[in-house]
Amino acid sequence: MVHFTAEEKAAITNIWKKVNVEEIGAETLGRLLIVYPWTQRFFDTFGNLSSPCAVMGNPRVKAHGKKVLTSFGEAVKNMDHLKEAFAKLSELHCDKLHVDPENFRLLGNMLVIVLAGHYGKEFTPDVQAAWQKLVAGVAVALGNKYH
Amino acid sequence: MVLSAEDKANVKAAWDKIGGHGAEYGAEALERMFSSFPTTKTYFPHFDVSHGSAQVKAHGKKVADALATAAGHLDDLPTALSVLSDLHAHKLRVDPVNFKLLAHCLLVTLSAHHPADFNPAVHASLDKFLAAVATVLTSKYR
Repeated sequence: MVHFTAEEKAAITNIWKKVNVEEIGAETLGRLLIVYPWTQRFFDTFGNLSSPCAVMGNPRVKAHGKKVLTSFGEAVKNMDHLKEAFAKLSELHCDKLHVDPENFRLLGNMLVIVLAGHYGKEFTPDVQAAWQKLVAGVAVALGNKYH
Repeated sequence: MVLSAEDKANVKAAWDKIGGHGAEYGAEALERMFSSFPTTKTYFPHFDVSHGSAQVKAHGKKVADALATAAGHLDDLPTALSVLSDLHAHKLRVDPVNFKLLAHCLLVTLSAHHPADFNPAVHASLDKFLAAVATVLTSKYR
């Protein structure tokens, strides 16, 4: 189980409280679909994903990005109990959505890059390290119920 | 995985924007990597990896210079990076997984310093470029 120090928790929550979930969620998912186009395989029904412009402007991508990052908010609230917090979502991603857990790692790293872009100097190496721990913990938790 | 004409243009433009900051960004990327992925420090037992370390600064410059060389020879990376490829295969033998970790931290650094220029298309091209460099550097491993 991942253990977060008080400093790591502070580093994470200090950024999280500023995050516009709709904006950052949309950008994170959009960039995932552009930088790693094979991830589009899960979104055949989303319509036009044919160019970076199309992806970033796609309303379904924006809505889904917001949904995903809202769920990520649960991670910030449950840093000490990630596996429990994401147990149901893990089952869903395995049994219904059939998502390779590698995608959780890709999305987590994408979130880190987007946060760096928005928070610049404030996103120091130490702050990044805390977030890397969190996204890795979420990726493991989401993969935990796979069979 | 092939770099398109657009990818090459994006990479060249990005390197022009980086200008004289290459060494600084190289060092920052290394510092980020050592903090976020402590296992990467196992390749540098002889280094002081603390913030501001002169060794990390010097190594950051080496990495940045190599990437600048690569950016200037996108049509023939294997030839341009041949010496470094030999070095990594026969002497350094850095496990291939670590190139992804450094690449990620380089992207984080660029994103933090150039948010306006680091748009999704440029981000994608740079990710591909760094992956292509890593492929060349590990190409002689076995």
